[in-house]
Amino acid sequence: MAYDYAPFPYTPPLGLTEPEQRHAIVIVGAGPIGLAMAIDLAQQGVASVVLDDNNVVSVGSRAICWAKRTLEIFDRLGIGERMLAKGVTWKVGRNFHGDKQVYAFDLLPEPGHKYPAFINLQQYYVEQYLAERAQDFPDLIDLRFLNKVTNHTDHGDHVALSISTPDGNYTIETNYYIACDGAGSATRKRMDLPFEGQTFEEHFLIVDVEMETSPFGNHDTPERWFWFNPPFHNGQSALLHKQPDNIYRIDLQLGPDTDPKEEATEEKVIPRIKAIVGDTPFRLDWMSVYKFRCAKLDRFVHNRVIFVGDSAHVVSPFGARGGNGGIQDVDNLGWKLAAILKQDAPASLIESYNTERVHGSAENILNSARATNFMTPKSPIEALFRNEVLKLAADHSFARKMINSGRLSQPCNLATSPLQTPGDAPILPGFPIIDAPLEGSNVTTWLIAEAQGQFTLVTASPTPLPAIEGINRIGINQQADYPCFISVGGHAETRYGTDKIYLLRPDGHVCAVFNTADPIAIKAAQDRALGATT
Amino acid sequence: MILEDNLGPDSDAFYNALMNTHEGLTEAQSHALNARLVLILANEIGDLKTLTALLETARRS
Repeated sequence: MAYDYAPFPYTPPLGLTEPEQRHAIVIVGAGPIGLAMAIDLAQQGVASVVLDDNNVVSVGSRAICWAKRTLEIFDRLGIGERMLAKGVTWKVGRNFHGDKQVYAFDLLPEPGHKYPAFINLQQYYVEQYLAERAQDFPDLIDLRFLNKVTNHTDHGDHVALSISTPDGNYTIETNYYIACDGAGSATRKRMDLPFEGQTFEEHFLIVDVEMETSPFGNHDTPERWFWFNPPFHNGQSALLHKQPDNIYRIDLQLGPDTDPKEEATEEKVIPRIKAIVGDTPFRLDWMSVYKFRCAKLDRFVHNRVIFVGDSAHVVSPFGARGGNGGIQDVDNLGWKLAAILKQDAPASLIESYNTERVHGSAENILNSARATNFMTPKSPIEALFRNEVLKLAADHSFARKMINSGRLSQPCNLATSPLQTPGDAPILPGFPIIDAPLEGSNVTTWLIAEAQGQFTLVTASPTPLPAIEGINRIGINQQADYPCFISVGGHAETRYGTDKIYLLRPDGHVCAVFNTADPIAIKAAQDRALGATT
Repeated sequence: MILEDNLGPDSDAFYNALMNTHEGLTEAQSHALNARLVLILANEIGDLKTLTALLETARRS
């Protein structure tokens, strides 16, 4: 059944009738990134106003692949379990050359993780769940639909915004302006910031079809199928993925010389789908024709204006690094903004968001651009090498590894950032928390559920953890006057070792490791992660 | 990267073997074979620094 796009209610904002007090944070854009940002801040007691020029969730499935790390972040934001319950979990990907399978991969993670490697879930569900979760914070999240920002000016210590609504125009001021207004960011355009990178000339047709019969044939579990030179389509590539509600995502590469308007019509699309699914009845749910771009801003922080998600960086979709990259931005920025506003950290901590996420998005762009280059050969010689790789792959494993239909999103390693204190441990400083099943007084839980959201010391060693203000403690296989859990299945010991103490940032990244419970060293590492200048 | 002679007494034998490998192929087939050969040799070398130096040398010649 087609998704019901119920509009969100509009209420005339206060600013239309009387001046509003200066806000701490205004978030522009109520897509998945803007909503996640508001929830992250609200969970830390920080109020925000969220402005959106629209009043419905995103039309069409758009971002559908949510990676494990993203789900762990959404778990912290309160919608991870709901996403997992509704989403389609998949782990097997198959790459075909013509009608022959050349390479398959299995993302089946080792056991002992709350979330799988990937789920597929339409962006509109994620936005709906986030919008509903935002309702849990009526005093902290002021959601204003049909409020379009028409101008903004940075005055050094605050930003002034002009906003238009169905009832007229008004202005507000904010200490921080968070631009979550997407790939076509009006904020970025107003500021005339260069958004440079690589544009790919190929057009891709993206179609969602609803059908009862699985096109995966005998494979009952949903998979990711990718074809180079598909037998059913006169083009370079095709991708098939399952979403909830029996909706299947089909991507077809159309080549550079097609007319996108002509291609995005039922007359053109239906025969293309029939070529894949045969006589199976289906319903067209959504379609769109795209050209892809990999581009980013040089800087994501421009004084009081901070860019988050697609407004800061765009990637081609192969690798699922757009939405997943944006959520990692939110995860990185939320605790820093909250610490600055609560005066637990200097305002300069915001610069580390710039450093860490410019680094993360560069990694995403590199991987997405490489995949798209492999899929869209630009010259006869590129096409020749691509085809010979595919031929060799049938017999030789080294060539299978060169086949690139998208290197799927991985959590970012922040080892090079100055916030981390270098050290040696099974999980190195800079890497995110690795999940493990735990048991505490008759409840089964997960490390990611217990340890994220604040600075936390975690250990699976017998060493008692010192009490330090502003740092939570979690002991594994210990008994103490702070939260302690029993490791289930030995996963925590294997993943964390039994002789190390970890200090996690609120976003779950390891910022320091210790061999001894030295409170001075631990406090120094926390200060460093909070951007203290020594 | 080794650009001095590394094949010793086998230089002629290798060159002939390479020509023989292409014998009877159309130009297109030969180009495809060369592409496969580059990929196989790259995997054999297996070191990105060496490979980058080799690619740059080939491009300069």
